Amino acid sequence: MGIVYRADPPSARCLVALDALDLIYHRPSGMTHIVSEPVPQILDMLTNGPADAEAIVVRLLEQHDFDPEGAVEAVAARLAELEAIGLVERT
Amino acid sequence: MRYRFDVRIGPVGFRVGSAWRQPIAALRDLYAGYPEPDGGIADFTVRLEPERPWRRYLRPSVAIHGDFTLPDAAPLPLAQGLLAAEMGMNLQMALGQRRYLLLHASVVERDGWALLMTGHSGAGKSTLAALLGERGWRFMGDEFALLDPGTGLLHAFPRLVSLKNAAIDAMTAEIAADRFGPLLMGTPKGAIRHLRPNAAALSAMDAPARPALILFPRYGFAAAARPVGASEAFVRLTQASTNYVAMGEPAFDALSVLVRDVPGRAIDYPDTEGAVALVERLWTEALA
Amino acid sequence: MRALADAMREPATTATLDAEGWTSLFAAARAEQMIGSLAFRLEAQPMPAAAARILADARASAEQWRRSALWEAEMARRALAQLDLPVVLMKGTAYAAAGMDAGAGRSIGDLDIMVPREALKAAETALIAAGWEWVKPDPYDDAYYRDHMHELPPLIHRERDRMIDVHHTTLPLTARITPDAAAMLADSVVLEDGLRIMAPEDMVLHGVAHLFADGDLAGGLRNLWDQDRLLRELGVVAGFWDRLRARARLHGLEWHLALALRLTRHLYATPVDPALAGRAGLFDRWFVRRLLARDGWGRQTRKFTQLAFYIRSHWLRMPPAMLARHLWTKWRKAT
Repeated sequence: MGIVYRADPPSARCLVALDALDLIYHRPSGMTHIVSEPVPQILDMLTNGPADAEAIVVRLLEQHDFDPEGAVEAVAARLAELEAIGLVERT
Repeated sequence: MRYRFDVRIGPVGFRVGSAWRQPIAALRDLYAGYPEPDGGIADFTVRLEPERPWRRYLRPSVAIHGDFTLPDAAPLPLAQGLLAAEMGMNLQMALGQRRYLLLHASVVERDGWALLMTGHSGAGKSTLAALLGERGWRFMGDEFALLDPGTGLLHAFPRLVSLKNAAIDAMTAEIAADRFGPLLMGTPKGAIRHLRPNAAALSAMDAPARPALILFPRYGFAAAARPVGASEAFVRLTQASTNYVAMGEPAFDALSVLVRDVPGRAIDYPDTEGAVALVERLWTEALA
Repeated sequence: MRALADAMREPATTATLDAEGWTSLFAAARAEQMIGSLAFRLEAQPMPAAAARILADARASAEQWRRSALWEAEMARRALAQLDLPVVLMKGTAYAAAGMDAGAGRSIGDLDIMVPREALKAAETALIAAGWEWVKPDPYDDAYYRDHMHELPPLIHRERDRMIDVHHTTLPLTARITPDAAAMLADSVVLEDGLRIMAPEDMVLHGVAHLFADGDLAGGLRNLWDQDRLLRELGVVAGFWDRLRARARLHGLEWHLALALRLTRHLYATPVDPALAGRAGLFDRWFVRRLLARDGWGRQTRKFTQLAFYIRSHWLRMPPAMLARHLWTKWRKAT
């Protein structure tokens, strides 16, 4: 099992989708993050409770269509970045 | 302090105090006709004072202090006291303004709609705004655009235009001599001459305008224009803001609405005449 | 000028201010870093619209500072979580985290935390792993900090650009007064999220120690306002003043506490235990003059007293021979 992360509830964020990128205003930190897919989706998946990268990919596959090969590694890398900026936290 | 000058520029009141007469006299002259701060209460205090008491007389050098100060702001010679006053006011805005989202941009207005121009120093946004202000547009400011997060409107901040180097000759050819301040040679930015905004800019100072077009001008290239997407505009405007982070969520909301609703264009221009023509064309398209 | 202290003590005193009085009050409050506290203090006070707008901006700004200070504490908590240490928040961040009156509108600068001395190295390693970096790579400064000061050299976070000061005691090791840091840690109070704040009496005494030992009394007006708010909030709890007396004795801060109580009572009419405050000392008036040495343009006045205090503060921080060595090294580097 990989590192299990949790995220703040959606009310802690304000998300604005623009042309190519998404903006996230994170209320607890007062910081703005400019992100692209699948970061908003990963955060969405964490609203149903803490999960590791594999579980997040499983949840994503229920709602989105994509090639799962390499997806766990990619999601794990995004989670590490999200941890560094404080949008997710290890449980 | 021995000499002082109080002034309101757009919605912001300043109190400038000085140990010397000259900078205050220059401010009085160039800001003649501007109102007092609202209710006589200044938003910001600027102090022009000697670094050490004896420097008031001996090789006088003007340290720029005030409510908000940078520890490493180098003093200027007394001959550049007007520039010091202007820099002091800029500094208060950059470090202390919390009512309006501050964008490092110039703004002109026509028919109630505002054109916002932002770019690096030397991109020509200041000269372009000053020139448009003499050609049928209302000059709203050449340094800071004030975006009201509550309304999404831009407020005018028509400070003196600070013309640099080649722009000085271009504008003196166009405008009556009595609107210019003294020519300041050898400043940290080269030659500088201040230009007083015209009567139309002053009389309509309190009328805000709704943004209709955002331009990112670049001087010195063949004329060209390309669309700037909302996310690129967002990034560039946060970089052009001194108080985006400090203002928190209202700034986020205001800026994301601005870039979503208002078209952005990056323009290249070889000379100012070409730029004016390009701006007019893009303006017509944007308002169509 | 007295107007700032007066407005903080009794907001109704602002009723007599004219336009120039308001402008001067704001300049002085900004210079003392008290504009946010002033804004909260005067929230219910009638005033001209222009003044109300300036103070509304100050409240919004303070709220943003509070948010980012608490976030900085949270990120430090996450970085240090695996070490299972007591992490004690200090000063402004502590007041904000505990929701105390002293935190209302207070400007908060760097994050100050205290950890046990033996955990300093591990804390440093964990913070660096989480993105903090040295501010000063200069080996002399570094050695100076580690040998003689009460903290690690300051670290700055490379993404968020915010400083953290990690202390293992409350004052420089070279200071003449040496509060019992181990006792402050041992008696600290845990908050909901696992971070800690000092016990009420220690919170007051830590502020007192800083007022007289950390610098040249600069920021004294704000420091004493903290004391006023803390004493009003904590002083009503049964047994507080007795515990404060005992604790001051433990830390060797009785003289400093008594003086601080007299000063805050003088400036802000703080209700204090008269027995603890004691009789006015010879220097009380000198301290008051120094604390109020600011004019309506926000300038420091009374240059002479400032100089005296500058000498005094270095005296307190370092034994004299060390000071000479420190200054010499600084001068040499400057050339």
